[in-house]
Amino acid sequence: MSAELKEVWVTGIGLVSSLGEGLETHWDQLASGHTPVASVDTEELAPYPVHPIVDFDITTQIPKRSDQRQMGQWQHLGTYAAGLALDDAGIAHNEELLAETNMIVAAGGGERDLEVDATIMAAVSQSDNPGVELNNLLNGELRPTLFLAQLSNLMAGNISIVHGVTDSSRTFMGEEMAGVSAVETAVTQIQHDQGNIFLVGGAYIAERVDMAMLMEFGHTLWQGEPGSVWSREDSDGGMIMGSAGAFLILESREHAEARGIKPYARINKVVSDRCNRQAGGARKVADSLLEKLSDQIQPGPLAVLTGCCGVQPQLSEEHGFLDDLSEQGFSPSIRAVTTVLGNTMEAQFPVNVALASLAISKGSFFDPFDNTGAETALSGKPERVLISNWGHWRGESLALVDTPDVPLKEH
Amino acid sequence: MGRPIVVVTGIGIVTSLGEGKEENWGNLTSGMSGVRKISRFPTEGLRTQIAGTVSWSGEGRFFAPEHSLTLARKSASEAIEQAAIGARGSFPGPLFIAVSPAETNWDQRLEIYSATAAGDSTGYERLMKNVEAGDYSKFYSFYQFGSIAEHLADEFGTRGQPISLTTACASGATSVQLGVEAIRRGDTDAALCSGTDGEICEEMVVRFNLLSALSTHNEDPQGASKPFSKARDGFVMAEGSASLVLESYDAAKARGAKILGVVRGTGERADTFHRTRSKPDGSAIIDTMNRSLADAGMSPEEIDYINAHGTSTPENDKMEYLALSAVLGSALDGTPISSNKSMIGHTLSAAGTIEAAISLMTIDAGVIPPTINCIEQDPNILMDVVPNIKRDQTVNAVMSNSFGFGGQNVSLIFSGEPA
Repeated sequence: MSAELKEVWVTGIGLVSSLGEGLETHWDQLASGHTPVASVDTEELAPYPVHPIVDFDITTQIPKRSDQRQMGQWQHLGTYAAGLALDDAGIAHNEELLAETNMIVAAGGGERDLEVDATIMAAVSQSDNPGVELNNLLNGELRPTLFLAQLSNLMAGNISIVHGVTDSSRTFMGEEMAGVSAVETAVTQIQHDQGNIFLVGGAYIAERVDMAMLMEFGHTLWQGEPGSVWSREDSDGGMIMGSAGAFLILESREHAEARGIKPYARINKVVSDRCNRQAGGARKVADSLLEKLSDQIQPGPLAVLTGCCGVQPQLSEEHGFLDDLSEQGFSPSIRAVTTVLGNTMEAQFPVNVALASLAISKGSFFDPFDNTGAETALSGKPERVLISNWGHWRGESLALVDTPDVPLKEH
Repeated sequence: MGRPIVVVTGIGIVTSLGEGKEENWGNLTSGMSGVRKISRFPTEGLRTQIAGTVSWSGEGRFFAPEHSLTLARKSASEAIEQAAIGARGSFPGPLFIAVSPAETNWDQRLEIYSATAAGDSTGYERLMKNVEAGDYSKFYSFYQFGSIAEHLADEFGTRGQPISLTTACASGATSVQLGVEAIRRGDTDAALCSGTDGEICEEMVVRFNLLSALSTHNEDPQGASKPFSKARDGFVMAEGSASLVLESYDAAKARGAKILGVVRGTGERADTFHRTRSKPDGSAIIDTMNRSLADAGMSPEEIDYINAHGTSTPENDKMEYLALSAVLGSALDGTPISSNKSMIGHTLSAAGTIEAAISLMTIDAGVIPPTINCIEQDPNILMDVVPNIKRDQTVNAVMSNSFGFGGQNVSLIFSGEPA
């Protein structure tokens, strides 16, 4: 199978986060010449800080009330960001293109009605006949629309319904790694001629306490003052979750050129693996992943974006891995995206690809995201960006986003 | 064609009809039903009180994700053992697994709620305080959306990052598609494709009831799932798992593996019409079937048998017939179609994999499992649904359909080993 691999371009990006909406907004905030200021809410889920989603006007991407009503905030965000990406790539409303657009969504859970849950818990815990009480309350309180929101694949379903994306539709689950696998699968499918256009991405709403609970089961959430992810290395570590919706249009070079679309950047390769996270295991996996990319990276200055989530000991392990890039002849300029956006979970890897593509297309890298000294300025223009993205529980990945030899999308 | 041929060298299955291929096949061909009254939780007040559950054999209170894992472990073990591939704990390929979208279940939510660290606080504040103060590490490792896949990857030593996926009731078929695509790309010579669903609980019953999707024939559990019947009134939820070991034909031949069948083609087309319904003209599912035929390079006449999605809902069975009529045309008259769900119930995330496994067993045995409970066939569904009694018939090629909420449609085509 040594057939020539097709080149994969990023030709559309839809990005909404706690910092705002759109690439230019993110560029303004993250490359303004000074340390960016994260948007953090310390009250909503106190004692756990979160990066809340900005307001976004769903009517611009989800015009029908009947569609809006079928979704909660998580699906609104994903469907909205997907619409931005389709618009950006000039695919929206083009039925012919939409019919050949494949979709891979990285999804977590649907959306529960937390008030209903609270009502039921209070009543059932006091009941002499809890089983029957539970049945009766579920019968009386649940609504069918929320049921649909709770099927994880309904984000993809809503994207098909609202935006008309109708080729293949797959939904991957599995926290941060779902986002990695979604992009990795789309990239290899395009490279091997198993599809020409993919809509890939995910969304996460950090303000949802039911989702926070899944993380706190492992006592992985950070409590107290929000701050740089690197500043948490001196403690037991912990995550600050962040809201984001990020969708990418990935397209074969031939296909994009044929319809006259310029790329932001090229995805050279995505590699991932796993281990059971015994001490040192993740580092070992990362080292082996780096070898798979080594023939594509030249020694010298290297822009690095990491989704380092803050949970120990992975935090220190990944930091060690990134610092040790210098032993291999690289001068890494590291940016922990999680410092400014939080851990955006399923959306995180697509967010990182979006930001890497932004830096490539701007021909400039982001300012250091903190002043701990862990992040240094990049000298010169980033020809490529290395993305490091480990799961908070499982999974390690690396990716290389680089510069295709054509004029890039203008901003 | 330059692309690798994808074959199946291992099959494992567990359903409400039993554990393993032998028990399942015996019960499928004798027209048994695995549907029963739910005993896992009180059903008083529920409109539907029946399901094709697989008994929870774990410790303590029912713990859905662990049950799903147990079922997947059983089917994967059987499939890998049959394929005799790799070494123990070292499967030489990736894992693609269809799983139910995990949610913290009521048993566990109420268990957390009943802890006392949170004092007299209520609601999620109480849950969070109790969680913060307690040891919920087991919940942490089972309530991640990737949990089941990670546990299986640890155990079976599959390669790389496993992929957990959901496409609702088409999920199991999607896991096969992903394996086929990976082998065709040359990424791997083998893949473990599984589907598992062992999560029947009160809330799922109520939620599907709210959509009027479930049969309420509680008085006759074994007769409740009646696909293509005039009296069909909804599907019956069920649990189960199946796993397939897929390999490239060349790799399987090279190691002398017995080839159980060939994945000839896969097809897919997302629907844009409605969250729970197909386009009235059936165009998305028609396209799905046509694309699977095109991918297989086969004509409709070459399909000997159709393993239907056949859920027993009024809507699905009508639409599946409409689409089959369009795709097969006059060839539909001579093509038997049956629904395994009439006996097993609808295993949701696992159904596509389970029915893929049964499709392959059908080819191997030359026996078509019946559609049971077909007392009076819907007069508007003019197909040979193999009513009530199995049929001895040589089957070389099967189309297996899977359709899911959210406009998910997948068709798979299997055939016997190439001569």
